[in-house]
Amino acid sequence: MTTVEISTGPERPAHRVADFKPDLLQSSEHDLCPGCGHPVAWRLVLDALVELELSRRSILIAGHGCYTQMMRISDIDSLQCLHGRAPAVATGVKRMVPEATVVTLQGDGDMVSEGLHEVLHAASRGEKVTALLFNNGVFGDTGGHMTATTVLGQRTKTSLEGRDASVYGYPIDVARLLAQIEGAAYVARGAVNTPGMIARTKRMIRRALELQMAGAGFTFVEVLTMCPTGWFVPTLDGPEYLEDSMMETFGIGELKSPAPAG
Amino acid sequence: MTPRLLQGSGAIADAAILAGCRFFTGYPMLPFTELLEEMARKLPAAGGVCINAQSEIEAVNMALGAAATGARAATGSCGQGISLMQEGIAELALNQLPLVVFNMARGQQDYFQSTRGGGWGDYRTITLAPKDIPEAVAHTQLLFHLADRYRTPVILYGDYVIAHTSVGIEIEALDFGPLPPKDDWALDGTMSGTGRARQTWTWARGKPNTPGPGPSAAWESIAEKYAAIERSEQRFETYRSEDADILVVSFGTTSVFVDRVVDELREEGLAVGSFRPITLWPFPAEGLAEATHGCAHVLVYELNAGQMVDDVRMYAADRSVIRSIGGVSQDDSGMRQGDLLNADEVRQRVRQAVATPASARQ
Amino acid sequence: MTARLTRGTVVLDAERCKGCGLCIPACRPGVLSMSAIVNRAGFNLPELRPGCTGCMACAEICPDFALEVWKFEEPALLDDSAADGREV
Repeated sequence: MTTVEISTGPERPAHRVADFKPDLLQSSEHDLCPGCGHPVAWRLVLDALVELELSRRSILIAGHGCYTQMMRISDIDSLQCLHGRAPAVATGVKRMVPEATVVTLQGDGDMVSEGLHEVLHAASRGEKVTALLFNNGVFGDTGGHMTATTVLGQRTKTSLEGRDASVYGYPIDVARLLAQIEGAAYVARGAVNTPGMIARTKRMIRRALELQMAGAGFTFVEVLTMCPTGWFVPTLDGPEYLEDSMMETFGIGELKSPAPAG
Repeated sequence: MTPRLLQGSGAIADAAILAGCRFFTGYPMLPFTELLEEMARKLPAAGGVCINAQSEIEAVNMALGAAATGARAATGSCGQGISLMQEGIAELALNQLPLVVFNMARGQQDYFQSTRGGGWGDYRTITLAPKDIPEAVAHTQLLFHLADRYRTPVILYGDYVIAHTSVGIEIEALDFGPLPPKDDWALDGTMSGTGRARQTWTWARGKPNTPGPGPSAAWESIAEKYAAIERSEQRFETYRSEDADILVVSFGTTSVFVDRVVDELREEGLAVGSFRPITLWPFPAEGLAEATHGCAHVLVYELNAGQMVDDVRMYAADRSVIRSIGGVSQDDSGMRQGDLLNADEVRQRVRQAVATPASARQ
Repeated sequence: MTARLTRGTVVLDAERCKGCGLCIPACRPGVLSMSAIVNRAGFNLPELRPGCTGCMACAEICPDFALEVWKFEEPALLDDSAADGREV
C-alpha cells in the first residue's frame, strides 16, 4: 500500500484504534462507486460477527447486486443465489446447519421487488436467520432503475420525471410488513449516512445476530445506504439526500423487538 | 424381510430415506402430493426435515440451500410445477450441487422439459424413467448416488400410476460404491475466518485468497462433465428385439403395456419387439441405433404430441421408417394418463401402422 | 499561530481512496478537508489538520476501508497554521 503524508502520522507514541479493514475482509479492494453506502453497512456486519464471536461458524447467502462484491471479498463461507431467493436458500442452509450463524444479504430490488414472497414466508416460518436489506431505493447494479422501494419523486431511468404515484403507485415498506408477522422476532431499520446513524445501526445488527443465536426467530435489519450514482446526485450530497428522501419516507428505528428480559 | 403393501409414493419415500435423504420440500400438486405427505410423516422420525413450501420456486431454492451444505436433499412436483423450478434446477447444475427432483408427472408430456430443460445455460439433468414401482424404488437410490457422484441435479420421471398404485414390495438398501468427500465445497461455516472461506457461485470468481476460474472456464468444465456423463450413464432395456422387424419405442409406465402387446402380437406371427430408454437423458443412442438396425417399422408410442420421437429420429439407423403412433392423452381431470394408456389401443395402432402402405406414411 | 490540542491522527491508504469526501463532513472536530493531492487513479485525497480526537468516524464512514486511526499516548499541542502541524 502507498501511504501519503496527509497528516503528522503516528510519529509520536500512539496506539492504533481503528484498522483499515475488518478482519473478515480478505481484501479491501472493490469496484463500488465513490460514496457508496454498501461497504459502510457491510463493515458493521463483519465487525459484529467478530465481536460476538460468531465469525468462525458463519454462512453468508448473497443475492445479485453491487453488494455481491462484498460477498466476494469477505472471508465467510458464501453462497451466491438467485435474485430474490436468499431467504428460501437460507431456510435450507439453517435447517441443515442450525449451529451456524446464517446471514442473507440482499438489495431492495432483490428482496422487495423480486423476492417479496420469499422473505415474507421465511419470516412467517420464523426461520432462525438474519436477513439484511441494503436499501438504496434503486437497482444500482443495472444502472439506476426503479424498484419497489423507490421513493416518490425519485428520478431513475425508468421513472425519468420522478416516481409518480398515479403511474407507479407507492414504495413498499417491507420492514413494516415484516413487523406484523408473528415469526419475525426482530425488525429494525438503520442507515449509514452519518456517524450517529452508523453507531445506531451497528447496535441493531448486533441485536439481530444475538437474537438469531438465541433462537428467537427471524431477524431483519434494513440499512438505508447511499447510491449517489443511482440517484443522479453529486457524491457529497449522498448523505443529505438519503436523509431527505429515504429516511423521510421510511423512518429509522426498531419496528419490532422482543420484550426486555426481567 | 417381508414385503409390505405400499403405495408407490410411500415406497419412493422409504427408498429416499434409506438412501440418506435428510431434507425434503415441496408444494402440493397431484400426483406428487402423496410423496410430500409421506415425507412429512416419515422424514422427521429419520432425523430429517420436511417443509411444505409456499411455492415451487421456494421449494427448489430451499432444497438448493440444503444441498449446498452437503446434505442429501430432494424436492419434486409434477411437470407443471417443475416448470417453476427450471431456474433453480439450472442454478443447481451451474453451481455443481446435487439434488434429486421427483417429477410425479401427470402423463408423458414432460419429456422435453426433463431432457432439454427450461433453465439457462449449458447443463443437462440425468433423468431416469422407471416403468413400475420396484424400478422407481431402485432408481430413487441410484439417483441420490448419481447426484452426489456427478454433483448435478437429477430427475426421477414417475407418474400418476406409479404414485398411486399399491404393490407388495421389499425395499432393500442398494450400494453403488464409494463417493468423493464433500468438504471442499459443502458450506457449513467452518472455513469462515480462516482466510480460506469456501464459496459457491455460478460465476466461479472465487475470493481474493482463493481465486476461481471465472464463469467461462467453469461453465466449460461443467459442459465437459455432462459430455462424459452422456458417454457413460446411458441405460435402456429391450424386449424381444434381437430378431424384431417392428420395434415399438416407449418410456415409463407405457412400456409395460407395450411389452404385453409385443407378446400378444408375437402369438399372431408379427416379429415385434420393444425398446425402452431408461435414461431419457442421456438418451441411449447406441442402443437405439443397434435395436433399430434392419427394422422395417420403428413405432414410437408416447402419450404426447411427439417429444421422444425427436431423439429417436436423431439416433435410429433409418429415419424413414419412424412413425409416431401415440398421441396426447389425459383423462378428464387433466391429472393422469387417458385412454391411450391401454393395451387395446397399443395393439390396434401397431397393427394399423404395420398394415399401412409405404406411400401413405409421412 | 493557533495551537490545537490533538489526541490522534489518521493514515490514509492513498490508492484505495476514491476521493468521495464522505470523511470530511463525518469528522466531528472538522479537521479533514479535500486537498490538491491526487492518487494514481486521479482521485483527490483528503488531508488532516491538527485537532484530531481519534473518534474514528472517518474510518467508519469510509466506503473504501482507506483510513486507519491512531490515538496518541499523550495529547499534543500542534500548530494549526503550519502545513505540517509542527508541535508547538
